[in-house]
Amino acid sequence: MAVSESVSIDRIYEMLVTVKDPEIDTVSIIDLGMVEEVTTSGNSVKVVLLPTFLGCPALEIIKKNTMDAVKQLPEVEDVDVEFVFHPPWTSDRITEAGHVNLRAFGIAPPPRYFQEDGSWHVDCAYCGSTYVTMENIFGPTACRSILYCKSCKNVFEAMKPVSTLM
Amino acid sequence: MSASENVMSAEEKEAITSLLFQLADDDFLFAYRGSEWLGLAPHIEEDVASSSISQDSMGHAAMYYKLLEELGAGNADELAHSREANERRNSILTERVNGEGVYMETPKFDWAYQVVRSYFYTQAKKVKIDSLCQSSYRPLAEAAVKVRIELYYHRLHWETWFKQLLSSTDEAKKRMNEAITLVMNDFGDMFSFGNQKQAIEKYKLIDSEEILKDRWIASIESVFAALQMDVPTIPETVTNNGRNGEHTVDLNEALLTLSAVYKVDPVASW
Ligand SMILES: [Zn+2]
Repeated sequence: MAVSESVSIDRIYEMLVTVKDPEIDTVSIIDLGMVEEVTTSGNSVKVVLLPTFLGCPALEIIKKNTMDAVKQLPEVEDVDVEFVFHPPWTSDRITEAGHVNLRAFGIAPPPRYFQEDGSWHVDCAYCGSTYVTMENIFGPTACRSILYCKSCKNVFEAMKPVSTLM
Repeated sequence: MSASENVMSAEEKEAITSLLFQLADDDFLFAYRGSEWLGLAPHIEEDVASSSISQDSMGHAAMYYKLLEELGAGNADELAHSREANERRNSILTERVNGEGVYMETPKFDWAYQVVRSYFYTQAKKVKIDSLCQSSYRPLAEAAVKVRIELYYHRLHWETWFKQLLSSTDEAKKRMNEAITLVMNDFGDMFSFGNQKQAIEKYKLIDSEEILKDRWIASIESVFAALQMDVPTIPETVTNNGRNGEHTVDLNEALLTLSAVYKVDPVASW
């Protein structure tokens, strides 16, 4: 009888790092803080993900890519990927590495802090200037906004801050 | 399934199901009407913004249909696409057309109406969502927290349009005031729970109709005061109560268009 190798959680996380946001290929689902829980039972793996936005059309692609990535581990027999909305995904789940990787793509990471009136500020993703204006709070995807830098005259995107404190 | 769901009475389950259909159908139709503005909004930034809002709202509807599926009400895609008009529980306001003409031919849509409808609806949705965060039905309370976060941006967006158009030219003010009258004519069932009122309130799924109405008025008071306008009155009686499946012809047409693709290929993934 063959001794089956048990699935290591660490190995699964290594694979999850390779699952990128379909539209931002420098950023993984780990970077975004979308991975809520990974559990194993024998050779079966279950990955619980949090959607950034409930209506995000990329969710099905992310689900498939996650399954494909975990299945690459030879010791894994089957994979189940589930989206849950509790706890709610908020932008402070984005990791430090996520901030760096968003910048690498030219997207300003979400601000960590809000003003007392709930407003927020991001610096230019290209030159770091604080002299920016909000062009459109709604960007090309639900999670991004469009801003304009008055210093380097570039239009840039920022990851929208979302918080339960709003 | 949690232990509390196992001990749920038939009456309680019916109340939850009924409330979920009201929430789901509202967002589904609101998202559909919003999506009909694609390519027609006043400028390109608005096209992007209102498409995002419609997409989010469709996501909220999908989530409620999923909760219904988990309660055994049927398959979520089926519930969204295949139910007849008289089975729908959305408010009359959300099913109304955007104006004269049709999207694929000559849409003579009314942006003032879209702004007022969206602002009043989103504000009503916020009042309900805030209350649902404390719902006795945990899956709904947890979902509401997530919706609430996304709603923050929607509300901000429509309030900005609302204030700006009403502080603009005489023509804009006139059209906005006409739109307010039209929207309020249909606002009578917005906070109604229909014939499930007693059960929905009894099981503390959400605050009472009366409390929600008062909170909605309170929530828009400062905006109206700044514009030196009176807060509109919510009608006491309604000709059609959408919560009981009473609808206008606008809904039939919307459902025909909405379900056209689904009927061609029911197994397509969404
Ligand atoms: Zn710059």
